[in-house]
Amino acid sequence: MDQLFPSVGISVVRIFEKLGHTVDFKESILCCGQPAFNAGFWDESRDIAVRVLQSLSGEGPVVVPSGSCTAMVKNFYPELFRARSEAAVAEQLSRRTFEFSSFLVDQLGVTDLGSRFPARVTFHDGCHGLRELQIKRQPRLLLERVKDLTLVEMEDQTSCCGFGGTFAVKFPMISTAMGETKSASALSTEAEYLVSNDSSCLMHLQGLLNRQNKKLKTVHLAEVLASY
Amino acid sequence: MSFTFASKFKIQATKVTADLDHRAKIRAALKSYETARDERKAQYQDWQAARHGAASIKWESLNHLDAYLVDFVTKLSARGTKVFWAGNAQEARDYIVALAKEKRAHTIIKSKTMTSEEIHLNEALRQAGYEVVESDLGEFIVQLRGEAPYHLVFPAMHLTRHEISDLFHEKLHSAPSEHPEELTMIARKELRFKYIQADIGISGANFGIAETGMISITENEGNGRLTTALPKVHVALMGIEKVIPRLSDLALFLPLLATAGTGQQITCYNSLIGGPRQSDEPDGPDEFHLVLLDNNRTQLLADAEQRDALHCIRCGACLNACPIFRNVGGHTYGTTYQGPIGSVITPHLRGLMDWKHLSYASSLCGACTEVCPVKINLHHHLLHNRRNAVASRPDPSERAAFRLFAFLTRYPGLVNRLARISRPLVPFVRVVKPILPAPIKGWLSSRDLPKIARESFRDYWKKR
Repeated sequence: MDQLFPSVGISVVRIFEKLGHTVDFKESILCCGQPAFNAGFWDESRDIAVRVLQSLSGEGPVVVPSGSCTAMVKNFYPELFRARSEAAVAEQLSRRTFEFSSFLVDQLGVTDLGSRFPARVTFHDGCHGLRELQIKRQPRLLLERVKDLTLVEMEDQTSCCGFGGTFAVKFPMISTAMGETKSASALSTEAEYLVSNDSSCLMHLQGLLNRQNKKLKTVHLAEVLASY
Repeated sequence: MSFTFASKFKIQATKVTADLDHRAKIRAALKSYETARDERKAQYQDWQAARHGAASIKWESLNHLDAYLVDFVTKLSARGTKVFWAGNAQEARDYIVALAKEKRAHTIIKSKTMTSEEIHLNEALRQAGYEVVESDLGEFIVQLRGEAPYHLVFPAMHLTRHEISDLFHEKLHSAPSEHPEELTMIARKELRFKYIQADIGISGANFGIAETGMISITENEGNGRLTTALPKVHVALMGIEKVIPRLSDLALFLPLLATAGTGQQITCYNSLIGGPRQSDEPDGPDEFHLVLLDNNRTQLLADAEQRDALHCIRCGACLNACPIFRNVGGHTYGTTYQGPIGSVITPHLRGLMDWKHLSYASSLCGACTEVCPVKINLHHHLLHNRRNAVASRPDPSERAAFRLFAFLTRYPGLVNRLARISRPLVPFVRVVKPILPAPIKGWLSSRDLPKIARESFRDYWKKR
């Protein structure tokens, strides 16, 4: 998000500031450690995660515009630090970490942000948000309130796009086949934009779509909601 | 140099994922399964509660497996069942081959049993000189093709009726037909004769009931009944984890297995077998042998983190939901048990280092865990297998890469500067593709690289 999709972060900041909240960003954090964790390198992952715990110590909610990174901090940090001295801190951070759309809907009770996005869009659920965090309703509630936006659900809407972190480069043939199926479902909705709450899925799908010279554009939910 | 299991998997996966006919065929087959399953699921007052109940019963069984197995075996033995405890595949095979020899058998008929695939029983029996015939229609078809089952519930789901017609024409000299009923009748005619001819019938078991000392077999073709009733000797092969406490537990498990497995309310035939023919019974086999197989199951039972994998009732729901299975197909795995459950347990059954690649061949999407009717934490166990593989023998270059990555995360400012410097180079990456490391090549095989932003988020944040 920092290097590839900064406009997602900027959109999140704008949305919360518009709602009257103060936003802080911890410049000391570069990554949550999930790539190493998922690859089985838990020591290396902890090395990264320990510094995340330090940077995010204190009170107050931590909002992450990615279901995948949220699941790492919220669900997997407690497992990563189980029976270690950092266990309590990891549990405490887990409790106050929220995915962006669920924070808006479930914590702030906001669904209408006064946004306007005149386009036909389809929504892709990132698997971590969907199945680790049970987030499905929230992004749709938010999109339904966006003016001039038409939401069209695609076939097999809950199936994985095939990104899967290092899986995408370790087994590119499987990842590609999954991505082709997903992008075909998205294309058949005739949507102009493919929206998701996870930039990593979108990076993979946009890469495929570009290679196939398709016009469908991917955009993060926050960017849609920050359009007025 | 011989191919490793991992390299064979990659070669086969590359071939099958590019096969668009295969992709469409599996998708279509599973579409009708999904529709049927969802209709059946909707008949449950609370599907989640049913899953939870089933998982609790399995949990109870496994926590007291020692006691339930003894109950089970004691009751079966009291009615004349000969029970053999097989520690591993070799012991199970040796017992069954010796039994065939003792009975001077010629022909052996089998109903569907994945456990016999696990111990490679057919090969052992054939090598010892016996004719072995699979009686489940799907198994019969793949046996004619000399293939392993493609899917643990739908062994021949990768074949069209046209391909089956050609196969029957070639092997059985039958007239070509596109009608499933006619094709079934061809197989039926062939098989009826074999049931009568067979000296031994071999089956699996879906459940073992400790309370009554019975095995439960579920099937849709009646072949299980004929296999277990007509030959003079019946041998059932069962993994030790299949025991459940009470007969009444079947009231939950039989519909659950049918719903998750095939989208049926209940399978067409459900048999309970408690021993050989008793003196007051008119028919049934003279001898009933039960082979109880461990084959590393106790080792998995000792693994507190992953022992719920022994809950598995082999319904195949996780395969059907799995986007990896749908794209690579059942044969690519090279295992007895395909799909997510196979990727989780094969490292336990056959060695982590040889089979860890299956745990990596997953996007960890969790669709398997979501559908599992006995709530096995499948996709998290793939993560656990990865962690265990790294703990016992990490790949040196991968470890170096993650150590470098962890080190770099200490210096976000430096990474930011490196990203700025490399930004203009991204468009040229494709030009130098041949000399790039494998992961980048893998990405570029089908996808463009994302662009590095002109201004990073942290630069924006600083300027505010």
